[in-house]
Amino acid sequence: MTDPVLETRNLCKAFGALEASKDVSLTLHSGEIHALIGPNGAGKSTLIQQIAGGLRPDSGAVIFDGQDVTALNTAARARRGIGRTFQISSLATDYTVLQNVMLGALGRRGNIWRFLRSVMADTTLLAEAEQALEQVGLADSRAVRASELSHGQRRQLEVAVALTLKPKAFLMDEPMAGLGIEGSARMLSFLDALRHQAPILLIEHDMDAVFALADRISVLAYGQVIASGSVSEIRADPIVRAAYLGDEDAA
Amino acid sequence: MTRETLLNLALLALLLLIPLAAWALDEPFLITLTTRAVIFAIAGIGLNLALGFGGLVSLGHAVFFGIGGYTMGILASHAQSYTPLAEWPLLIEGTNSMPVIWIAAILFSALAALAIGALSLRTTGVYFIMITLAFGQMFYFFAISWPAYGGEDGLSIYVRNRFAGLNMMDPIQFFAICYALLLATLFLMSRLVRSPFGLALGAARQNTDRVQAVGQMPYRLFLTAFTISGAITGLAGALFADLNRFVSPTMFSWQTSGEIMVFVILGGVGRVYGPVAGAALFILLEHLLGGLSDYWHIYLGAILLGVVLFGRGGLYGMLTGRQVAHD
Repeated sequence: MTDPVLETRNLCKAFGALEASKDVSLTLHSGEIHALIGPNGAGKSTLIQQIAGGLRPDSGAVIFDGQDVTALNTAARARRGIGRTFQISSLATDYTVLQNVMLGALGRRGNIWRFLRSVMADTTLLAEAEQALEQVGLADSRAVRASELSHGQRRQLEVAVALTLKPKAFLMDEPMAGLGIEGSARMLSFLDALRHQAPILLIEHDMDAVFALADRISVLAYGQVIASGSVSEIRADPIVRAAYLGDEDAA
Repeated sequence: MTRETLLNLALLALLLLIPLAAWALDEPFLITLTTRAVIFAIAGIGLNLALGFGGLVSLGHAVFFGIGGYTMGILASHAQSYTPLAEWPLLIEGTNSMPVIWIAAILFSALAALAIGALSLRTTGVYFIMITLAFGQMFYFFAISWPAYGGEDGLSIYVRNRFAGLNMMDPIQFFAICYALLLATLFLMSRLVRSPFGLALGAARQNTDRVQAVGQMPYRLFLTAFTISGAITGLAGALFADLNRFVSPTMFSWQTSGEIMVFVILGGVGRVYGPVAGAALFILLEHLLGGLSDYWHIYLGAILLGVVLFGRGGLYGMLTGRQVAHD
């Protein structure tokens, strides 16, 4: 197998007596969707934070694109190609949809230190931004303020901003949350295709989506990976069923 | 033409026509009053970059206003007494050339803003307000206890500084210079907020997580904005000192910081022309209400309360509605 795009090696993180990550080792290979599931409080978001750079692990390492990025901050990791979407939509809400994606395109190129030229007249950036909006299906809402978007559209916009970064890996924290049936189905087929552009580490509560999308699943409980494997392996795993899926559903 | 553009033009026309009419009618006091408004507007535009566009509530912008003022005072007092400012390691003479003084004022206030910002921006929210206020007080008490340049009494400059070919003691000519600088500052600011830097700064104000996730450092954006902001307010300080031909520690006081903030809030936080409207209104109120009572600040306070409570977005918010997102 080729080297993973993203790898965590023995990540440990404790908040006082609470061990939020216990020796977590994961890999994300190109072309795959690796889903991370687990009950609330299992340490999924803490783990994502450590991968994205918002939290420093107590020990262990994050390897991205062949390099140890553990010491880098969020911005530096994003520039190297970690594209993240947030659990709770995190957009510039006073800005229009287009401005939000422009920000992504601008951030990737690192050309923010220009003070006098008009950013919205930069045709290269505009093309990249428009393309990302097309891809998620938000092109018609380009002039709408982000604060006026529906919940589902905000999730789409989050993904569009991540797309403009042209990342080498996506970290997606519950992209389907609150999307409704139709929205979920659209996002599902979108993510399905997206994995070929860059692999996705996906945190998701919607089990149907996870089982439909994931190439591999890792189950987190009390900060530890208690199981890891293909969809059928995870479905069949007795520990997982006891800890998470619920035995009564298994029949 | 949008309502906002109309209001901008009306405001600029008003600030130009009043002194011209006053000049024709031989009312120099009115010219000086308008010049004050123009200078305060520049100071407010400076603060607005930090406060309105960067979301940095600085209660210490008097530092930069004061540094601008003292730069003028110190350079001009040495020129006036024909004593060099420093002889070693190199000879630095005083000067009474306005452009040189402006550049020095911009440089020194930018340096101060860079240093103060580098420390203060490690904090946020109320701590940021407090630490900028604390820096302001430091400079204030330093100026009071610095006898070389007048200490508590301040410094008087007998003749206004020079600007090539113009007679700066003529109120209308000095007004013209200040007005031209206001236009230049407004031009710069309207370009800045539409630039890549402006887009990123505004995003950092709204959501620092978002900016980091696209690979940029909010701290650097804020620090750059704070430095430019301080430089512009410093330029206004130099002009203000020249207008009065007098510098005193009052320029460093926290009341001055508060007044600059009032210009911004009255006019419209985060609107390029907001501080111009705010400063003009402030001067108008100061003149009208000041004639009614020595305690006119009570009325100003009531008006400010009204603006904050009912007219979100200051004068510009009330007259033109919510800002149209630029595209």
